[in-house]
Amino acid sequence: MATEILMPALSPTMEEGTLAKWLVKEGDTVSSGDIIAEIETDKATMEFEAVDEGVIGKILIAEGTENVKVNTPIAIMVEDGETVTDAPASAPVAAATPAAVAAAPAAAAAPAPIQVDNTPDWPEGTPVKQQTVREALRDAMAEEMRRDDTVYLMGEEVAEYQGAYKISQGMLDEFGSKRVIDTPITEHGFAGIAVGSAFAGLRPIVEFMTFNFAMQAIDHIINSAAKTLYMSGGQMGAPMVFRGPNGAAARVGAQHSQDYAAWYAQIPGLKVVMPYSASDYKGLMKTAIRDNNPVIFLENEILYGRSFDVPEIEDFTIPFGKARVWRQGTDVTIVSFGIGMQYALEAADKLAADGITAEVIDLRTLRPIDYDTVIASVMKTNRCVTVEEGWPVGSIGNHLSATIMERAFDYLDAPVINAGHDR
Amino acid sequence: MAAKKTSATANVSAEELKKYYHDMLLIRRFEEKAGQLYGMGLIGGFCHLYIGQEAVVVGLEAAAEEGDKRITSYRDHGHMLACGMDANGVMAELTGREGGYSKGKGGSMHMFSKEKHFYGGHGIVGAQVPLGAGLAFADKYLDNKRVTFAYFGDGAANQGQVYETFNMAALWQLPVIFVVENNQYAMGTAQQRSTSSQEIYQRGIAFGIPGEAVDGMNVLAVKEASEKAVAHCRSGKGPYILEVKTYRYRGHSMSDPAKYRTREEVQKMRDERDPIENVRSMLLTGGHATEDELKAIDKQIKEVVNASAEFAKTSPEPALDELWTDIYA
Ligand SMILES: Cc1ncc(C[n+]2csc(CCOP(=O)(O)OP(=O)(O)O)c2C)c(N)n1
Ligand SMILES: [Mg+2]
Repeated sequence: MATEILMPALSPTMEEGTLAKWLVKEGDTVSSGDIIAEIETDKATMEFEAVDEGVIGKILIAEGTENVKVNTPIAIMVEDGETVTDAPASAPVAAATPAAVAAAPAAAAAPAPIQVDNTPDWPEGTPVKQQTVREALRDAMAEEMRRDDTVYLMGEEVAEYQGAYKISQGMLDEFGSKRVIDTPITEHGFAGIAVGSAFAGLRPIVEFMTFNFAMQAIDHIINSAAKTLYMSGGQMGAPMVFRGPNGAAARVGAQHSQDYAAWYAQIPGLKVVMPYSASDYKGLMKTAIRDNNPVIFLENEILYGRSFDVPEIEDFTIPFGKARVWRQGTDVTIVSFGIGMQYALEAADKLAADGITAEVIDLRTLRPIDYDTVIASVMKTNRCVTVEEGWPVGSIGNHLSATIMERAFDYLDAPVINAGHDR
Repeated sequence: MAAKKTSATANVSAEELKKYYHDMLLIRRFEEKAGQLYGMGLIGGFCHLYIGQEAVVVGLEAAAEEGDKRITSYRDHGHMLACGMDANGVMAELTGREGGYSKGKGGSMHMFSKEKHFYGGHGIVGAQVPLGAGLAFADKYLDNKRVTFAYFGDGAANQGQVYETFNMAALWQLPVIFVVENNQYAMGTAQQRSTSSQEIYQRGIAFGIPGEAVDGMNVLAVKEASEKAVAHCRSGKGPYILEVKTYRYRGHSMSDPAKYRTREEVQKMRDERDPIENVRSMLLTGGHATEDELKAIDKQIKEVVNASAEFAKTSPEPALDELWTDIYA
């Protein structure tokens, strides 16, 4: 049976090309893999191989022809003994039509009334104890490791040394070296190993001594952990936590002081948590370990030793995507997260001395973000200031400003300010 | 710790030999068809064919047991067919259709199958090496006596993360076989232009990982080396490196003008070393199969491949809302 040889697409972008040269003539026998023509694209001259065996029955496009569209029949191949006239002309094969481009998200409609969930993190009257962030984190990990054998902790100095910042104190003793694992100083490698183990059903907690060093592992965090669920059509992903101190500590220089909040919050497939108080560290870490997605858990060295109330509840968790309103106010909304909350609360105190009441919101998670709590507050106060450690260009504050503009433009009495400065 | 070169002829039955012939030919015909569909515009983007390298994956799979895992780079179609994944699902993923292994969202480079323990399909050169060691880490943690085949190229062998992984795999005695598919080129860079010492199988010496180089155009030699490597890993002795010397006949991907090597070099390899011809003549001269039997195999493969192309053309495009699904579990 005769088949048409079609002008091939020789690159992802090729739509037409020049049929530079035929390397076969009518009557030649070819087998699959033989080079039959040279085709020029805008980028290069490429060799075109036969994919079937047969005899070149007729050449339809002469060499030297320019602008030959992809999928145009350029020759007819017949079987041995057959001639072209025996062969019925076959219909040209239609190329796949490219999928229509995704529709843009619907334009923001008039703001619907916003229902904000402001139930407290624990019921009134629950006994609380004072705990440091460090202890709260350790308790959260230990509780989850008791609950689920597939959870393990890996990182530099997490086991014998008890953690570079003593977060994993006592964990080696309780769980043994199978589940509390000291790694060599090899962030890219051990992050990759942890992601692979998560593909295969474990739930790793990877400690980075600080997030500055996770830059060496960012390829596995983004390309391997965050994207696999989508690329596999939902078949497998990376249920795991990447955690460690983030942002500026005290006087450790530029290389040890970067805030990565906005970097990771930009990535679909990741969840990003950046708590302030010890109860949030505890409740959000437990949620992070149980979450079926890769979670970036950004801690703060300065906060590790700070004490807060932590409820004495058997299994205390806090959901992602729910901000906490630390202080009610009517004159301005201050939005922050992580150690930025310290500055936000201090600012609110100073403002109060001047008779200005500020509403202070702790986002707690940056992906997902609780937009509703922020918008509802701005609709009430008509002013907003965002506070974060990271640089302002492409910051969480920038993103909140844009969201407030889209959803509460008419409520603003002044431009949103993103506290921060760079040159 | 020995690192050595071997050339092997293993004892195999006629049935096994016929299976290897079948599996290698299926990959070749499938890839030829993929090239054809690419030319017709039905496959877009990157598409890296495995033609010429068929004996590598078929030889390695000959030593695998149920539950063993595999992971590789973007040049992955052969690995999927060899571990028993369905040709229809692979071809439909190439055309980006709903019926593909990743519902059309992975494409040529990114397919997975939990059922067949195939963990992708990775586009970042070298990334699959620690990921593969991580699969082995999970097997060791769960104490289930499985091994992982982590495939990577001669180009990937120059990535730092490979050596980070060698170190930890040896330190923690992970049951992983590092399979270096040395096809002599990384895109347009011949190995001697990128690599100070050509013997990749010796690179485990510093970590105490045994290594072996094997002729990757000879499926029986690959099988024998694979059996040894698998036995080593399964018995709890830690990782193993197998450097399989092979050759790709086609361009790096579909848009490769192939000016970095001569046509004669490629032709000589095809004429003298072709892994499929090699087994075909072994089958015929040894009297293990008749021409007619082989023709029947060819015909059956052609049907499977044609059916996969038909499926890949007719399976619908994914619905638009697939763009927003599978981002979070
Ligand atoms: C980290 C990274 N750098 C560069 C590339 C682009 N790239 C894709 S394949 C390739 C060559 C890899 O060659 P090799 O490892 O020998 O594998 P082969 O293609 O021969 O199978 C390059 C440079 C990439 N995908 N990832
Ligand atoms: Mg290569």
